[in-house]
Amino acid sequence: MNGADVIDTLAGLAPGSPLAAIRDRKPVTRDQAQASYRALFEPAETGDVTLQERFAVATFIAGLHAQDEAAAFYTAGLARTGPADALVGALSAEIANGRTTGPYGAYPKGPLTEEDVPGLLYTATNRAVLGPRLGAALEHVHMLVFHPRDATPPALQRLLDAGWSNAGIVTLSQLVAFLAFQIRAAAGLRVLAAMGTAP
Amino acid sequence: MTETVITHPENHEPTEFTLAMLDWLPWLEPPAEAALTERQRVSLVDNARSKSSYFRLLARDPDILEARTRTDKDIFYNTASGLPRAERELAAAATSRTNGCIYCASVHARHAITYSKRSDDIQRLLATGVTADLGERWNAIVAASVALAATPIAFGPEHVTRLRAAGLDDADIVDVINGAAFFNWANRLMLSLGEPAQTVGIASKT
Repeated sequence: MNGADVIDTLAGLAPGSPLAAIRDRKPVTRDQAQASYRALFEPAETGDVTLQERFAVATFIAGLHAQDEAAAFYTAGLARTGPADALVGALSAEIANGRTTGPYGAYPKGPLTEEDVPGLLYTATNRAVLGPRLGAALEHVHMLVFHPRDATPPALQRLLDAGWSNAGIVTLSQLVAFLAFQIRAAAGLRVLAAMGTAP
Repeated sequence: MTETVITHPENHEPTEFTLAMLDWLPWLEPPAEAALTERQRVSLVDNARSKSSYFRLLARDPDILEARTRTDKDIFYNTASGLPRAERELAAAATSRTNGCIYCASVHARHAITYSKRSDDIQRLLATGVTADLGERWNAIVAASVALAATPIAFGPEHVTRLRAAGLDDADIVDVINGAAFFNWANRLMLSLGEPAQTVGIASKT
């Protein structure tokens, strides 16, 4: 993996372009966003979450966001981990099953209940291929992508029961939360870049 | 060793958006303060964060915590150029309001008031939601933040046009994008690893 800035890559910003120059004015934001990517996808130690699990989850997340550049980028990352064809196929099927629109979800009962929005409660169907860890992870990740205000302690217990450790759950949570940022930052910059310089 | 979640059946979660100082209770055991490794301590960036169960829990993966924190601080505190701090905080509060993070919204609504002095507008954002009329410049920032929070992302050229018409230049708009995008990160950690709690004996402060 080369060291190309991933947000620039996903946003389609060439070095020296007007928006790349604006990003260059805040080198800490740029460098630390890239360091965040590396911490999750080029970790010094994989700890409790394998590289293939990281890219499989990222492929699912990018697919749910329906952002072509991010989907291609993380699918290519998954391919580098040598996944079984069945896994790649299962993830495509899960993305198709999981696509919906967010944010939705429920608030603690009270004055905000009138703002509750119902939505898809996704379950992974290809569990035989995904295995218990990845199957549980995709269900949790789907909630975090589309309806994070529905999170509860039992959701984390399901991950623990499927073999995730406390540290592994922290890494998984950071991974989906970080991608929610990275994919949005890149998508926003892509829109802005396409409009050209302000009149 | 089998790990289990921590539940807080005695906690009365806040049931509305509020400016009050809230506490946060973790659902997974954070490392004890005395048990933090040197790497974990460094990853907190600020020593004072070793008192926070939220940051100690995130320190279970120190590399991503440190990069997350440094990204956060630069997006919000680096005001050498770009959007005023108050409007970065507005983007954070609006994102938290639309995603439904009562804890995050409380913190960044207070910051937005501190830097803008527009307490009535921010209180309307919390009470009414992201459709509250806050004047066109703030409405444009809130609308852009809400569109960026949607999945799939709904942010489009019309949002840029509206922000430009409201007086933001492209560096300002990049700050809106980064501030709003970052809170899609922060909200998901806060919402899914623990729950907010009303504090007792700490007066509501703005």
